[in-house]
Amino acid sequence: MTPLVRFENVTKRFGDLVVLDRFDFDVHASEKVVLMGPSGSGKSTVLRILMTLEDIQDGVVCIDGEPLWHERRDGRLVPAGEAHLRRMREHVGMVFQHFNLFPNMTVLRNITEAPVHVLGIPRADAVARAEELLQMVGMTDKRDSYPAQLSGGQKQRVAIARAMAMRPRVLMFDEPTSALDPEMVGGVLQVMEQLAEEHDLTMIVVTHEMGFARDVADRVCFFDRGRVIEQSSPEEIFSRPREERTREFLRSVLKEA
Amino acid sequence: MLFGLHWNLSSNWAFAASIVPILLHGLVVTVEATVLGFLLALTLGLLLALLRTVPLKIIAWPVAFVIEFVRDTPLLVQLYFLYFVLPDFGITMPAFLTGTIALGVQYSAYTSEVYRAGLEAVPRGQWEAARALNLTTLRTYRDVIVPQAIPRIVPAMANYLISIMKDTPILSAVTVMEMLNVAKIIGDRTFRYMIPLTIVGILFLIFTLLSSMAVRYLESRLPRQGIPLK
Repeated sequence: MTPLVRFENVTKRFGDLVVLDRFDFDVHASEKVVLMGPSGSGKSTVLRILMTLEDIQDGVVCIDGEPLWHERRDGRLVPAGEAHLRRMREHVGMVFQHFNLFPNMTVLRNITEAPVHVLGIPRADAVARAEELLQMVGMTDKRDSYPAQLSGGQKQRVAIARAMAMRPRVLMFDEPTSALDPEMVGGVLQVMEQLAEEHDLTMIVVTHEMGFARDVADRVCFFDRGRVIEQSSPEEIFSRPREERTREFLRSVLKEA
Repeated sequence: MLFGLHWNLSSNWAFAASIVPILLHGLVVTVEATVLGFLLALTLGLLLALLRTVPLKIIAWPVAFVIEFVRDTPLLVQLYFLYFVLPDFGITMPAFLTGTIALGVQYSAYTSEVYRAGLEAVPRGQWEAARALNLTTLRTYRDVIVPQAIPRIVPAMANYLISIMKDTPILSAVTVMEMLNVAKIIGDRTFRYMIPLTIVGILFLIFTLLSSMAVRYLESRLPRQGIPLK
């Protein structure tokens, strides 16, 4: 079975800084993967490349077997044009650390904007779908509020609903709870767990929430300096980490918590 | 006599009262030049700002050069150039039009910077979210970026409107009968400069103070999070 997401020999540089170094990585359909590791180890970059927010310098990224950053023209792979990227982006969605809700739009408009203007769904249908999603994230009563009137946790739940409204096959979370006050974290994680249970959704989550990883992840990947140094089931990796750097990282995370 | 109106030299107060209607003729010209120059600055500035963002360097660089050139040369030089040099190339325009164009072009260099700064001040995360939702660039500008940039742009633009007004006396250099020029002519003919010039100063002051108040009101009314979309 071809993996839904595949990174093959991918190199990503920011100037002289090599963030991903001949990076290989697979995610299968419906899989829930948690990425952990110290900051600057490349985990967010993996998400951002997949969301087409960052390009790559070398290698191939595929979604469902089709190259993301390249397209076939006359039998050769050439750098992808905007039309190709737009088509590929339909498969992926992203929830950001800082929510990035549109502050000039109501909650409802935030969620319906893209379905109406990108997918061409009639507004009434988009609103109905948005209301379902708001119910799922427990935000029904806030549909006419503006983001500035919401708490961080509420914003993030709306952001999740907004991403889900585009019906992505892969939903990525880039440290979704690290900008939240501690009392807000639980509600957001609960929504994410619910998503993982109820939907046939592929999830890639960058987080240091070990409880979430334990409950939801099929696989936890440890990143260090642009490589996955260790990966296995959460039970395995949290109780019997093999690499010294993994142990070190887990100790530091536990100390913080 | 000017514009068919006579002045009364019997006393200072009578003189002042008699020349106010004459100066108001000049004020009309001043306001016209201000408004038209401002509209030109807004339109041309937007065009320059957009052209500057074009990824093609062959377009972006010359535009940047023009903006720099206009900003770094005196308005009076540009005005003289338009009024006295262009006719050599067969382009002759009335003084008022020339002056208004000079004002508009000069200020378009500033307004283009306001547009640019306003658009760039919208956080990068907004672009990223729009991209993640697959919005087109046009749609992103229309629904996300521009509505958020407007509250940042409008107050700065309003301040330039006031600046343009204060720069209109320069049009007198090419014989436009704006307010200051009218005052000077009254002075030339009556040998009394203090009263007409004082009235002009006061009229400018009234206008700029009113405009400043309007700007502050506008600022307080603009929603900081952007023009709302329901």
